[in-house]
Amino acid sequence: MRNSPTVDEQLDMLGRMVAVRHLEERLGELHKAGKTRGPIHRCDGQEAVGIGATAMLDDEDLLTSTHRGHAHYVGKGVGLHPIVAEILGRATGACAGRAGHMLIADVKKGLLGGNAIVGGGIPAATGFAVSLQMKNRADGGQRVAMCIFGDGAAQTGICHESMNIAALWTLPVIFVLEHNQYGLTAHHSTQSSVPDLSVRAAGYGMPSEIVDGNDIVAVHRAVGAAVERARRGEGPSLIEAKTYRMVGFSTSDVGGYQRDEDLALWRERDPIVLARAMLADSVPAERLDAVMAAARAEVDAAVEQALNDPLPSFADHAPSAPYTVAGA
Amino acid sequence: MAMMRYAEALRSALREEMQRDPSVWLMGEDIAVYGGVFKVSKDLMAEFGPERVRDTPISEQTLTAMAVTAAMAGTRPVLEIMYADFLPLSVDALMNQASIYNYIWNGQVTMPFVLRTQGGGGAGAGAQHSKSLDALVAHIPGLKVVAPATAADAKGLLKAAIRDDHPVIFLEHKLLYNTRDEVPDGDHLVEIGKARIARAGSDVSIIASSKMVVDALKAADELAKEGISAEVVDLRTLRPLDRETIKASIARTHHAVVVNEGWRFCGYAAELSATIMESCFDELDAPVERVATHDIPIPYSEPLESTVLPDAAKIAAAARRALA
Repeated sequence: MRNSPTVDEQLDMLGRMVAVRHLEERLGELHKAGKTRGPIHRCDGQEAVGIGATAMLDDEDLLTSTHRGHAHYVGKGVGLHPIVAEILGRATGACAGRAGHMLIADVKKGLLGGNAIVGGGIPAATGFAVSLQMKNRADGGQRVAMCIFGDGAAQTGICHESMNIAALWTLPVIFVLEHNQYGLTAHHSTQSSVPDLSVRAAGYGMPSEIVDGNDIVAVHRAVGAAVERARRGEGPSLIEAKTYRMVGFSTSDVGGYQRDEDLALWRERDPIVLARAMLADSVPAERLDAVMAAARAEVDAAVEQALNDPLPSFADHAPSAPYTVAGA
Repeated sequence: MAMMRYAEALRSALREEMQRDPSVWLMGEDIAVYGGVFKVSKDLMAEFGPERVRDTPISEQTLTAMAVTAAMAGTRPVLEIMYADFLPLSVDALMNQASIYNYIWNGQVTMPFVLRTQGGGGAGAGAQHSKSLDALVAHIPGLKVVAPATAADAKGLLKAAIRDDHPVIFLEHKLLYNTRDEVPDGDHLVEIGKARIARAGSDVSIIASSKMVVDALKAADELAKEGISAEVVDLRTLRPLDRETIKASIARTHHAVVVNEGWRFCGYAAELSATIMESCFDELDAPVERVATHDIPIPYSEPLESTVLPDAAKIAAAARRALA
């Protein structure tokens, strides 16, 4: 099928999903051990969206993420060590310890970046798309911007404003709605007047598609078509990927609001299990085991290295222009 | 030198920078076909086309956020927000987005955008179209904030703002657009962060910006008739603040009146007062006098509005108190 990933691409995506899952398992342990600061927002069960949606992007394509962005970071190609080191507050982190886990950016990889104001990435990607459109028209390039955002962010006013402008100006931007069913603790049925948010695209004259967000091949196919459309200069699309957050909002969440039957149902549909099963006929089990083991080992090595990295000092990284620190 | 209206000087700055640099583009409500409600971008769409001079929907929050990231991705947007009263809609993009990225991302990005807006009272425009929100934006780290009082500075500072690699909030005043003065010919640039002495004096320093400079100069004329020599410091840039020019002036006069058209409580004048106390307390012969807008919504009817806003008489009275 059109935009279907090759076996090698599927293996690469499987490895990245496993890396994200293991990264978050390790971050959970590190958080409990007091090695991280602030909350950690895990995306267990949602990995196929972040990895599948970003797999066809180049470094010159610009991605905006959320406060729950580990899969987006890894999907866009940011190294595991700079991610872990940033979350551990090290000088070697992707942002030298200034950003933390919710705000990671890597300009060389086109990740700009995590955003912990819910909905903030939506106008951000739209603004990127204006500049990319002007550059594309000047040099014949095909750069696109992508925004991955949640069902909570879809309820913001800036989501409406951005989608209107993106369609009005035929901007090369892809809106990937990672519908994980919850805004913090509130189920989407208490937040949205319609169950399928993709219907809103019609109000902007924008094409949309609903896709199984736990099926990485389906995500890759649908988002890939939207990316191609944007690259051709035909404007924005909305892809709604239905998934489920198998963990609490963050490490501070005490739970009690997710239904056991929902959790059991979605656990059956774990995107990593599904991705592996889809490769079972074409790739020997030993190779699949090896890919998954290598991903975990890479995470463990990144964690070990980062734990031994130095912490930053304010003086060594003093703010420069345009910041002015009076009295400091 | 050429006599020019403040609005014409701004337009001339936009036009010259767009001619010089193809990455400069404009967006805002009613700025393209109509040329802006204050006509600052008149005829620019005809010259530069609709891609570089864009009319937008009424979506200030999103437009401001888009200016931040468009700038990050290699172009130089100049966003017009029609009234400073609409800046609260822009504040998330300024405070949670533009403010943080250069520092939080360890210098990986710059954001060369300009947000132009206009504020101020005196036109009977009512509580949602008359405010001066200098303090709201000057409070935010990582932003530069300029507020020119003359046509020459309007042109020179706007050209400098467009060339700056960091966000600049450019505060105009609705009652200044039709004021005229001499603007230097050629590529006239005014450095951001430098105040100027608008009138030299020896008895008291009146420190002001934007239209308050005009009122301060009128006050200085009145005070001169009483034998009081007032120096008027035109800040031109609100952030970063030119502390040196303020200190040097107070070292000459030993008395200070700080003026700002924003609300008094937690206002920009309070920052000026605190700065003077911190940096030149020993030079002062009297407490700093503060002139600002009453802490109420700006009312519509003329006698009500003029009571609430600062003016030349109030500034002169403050100078007399300082010298009493």
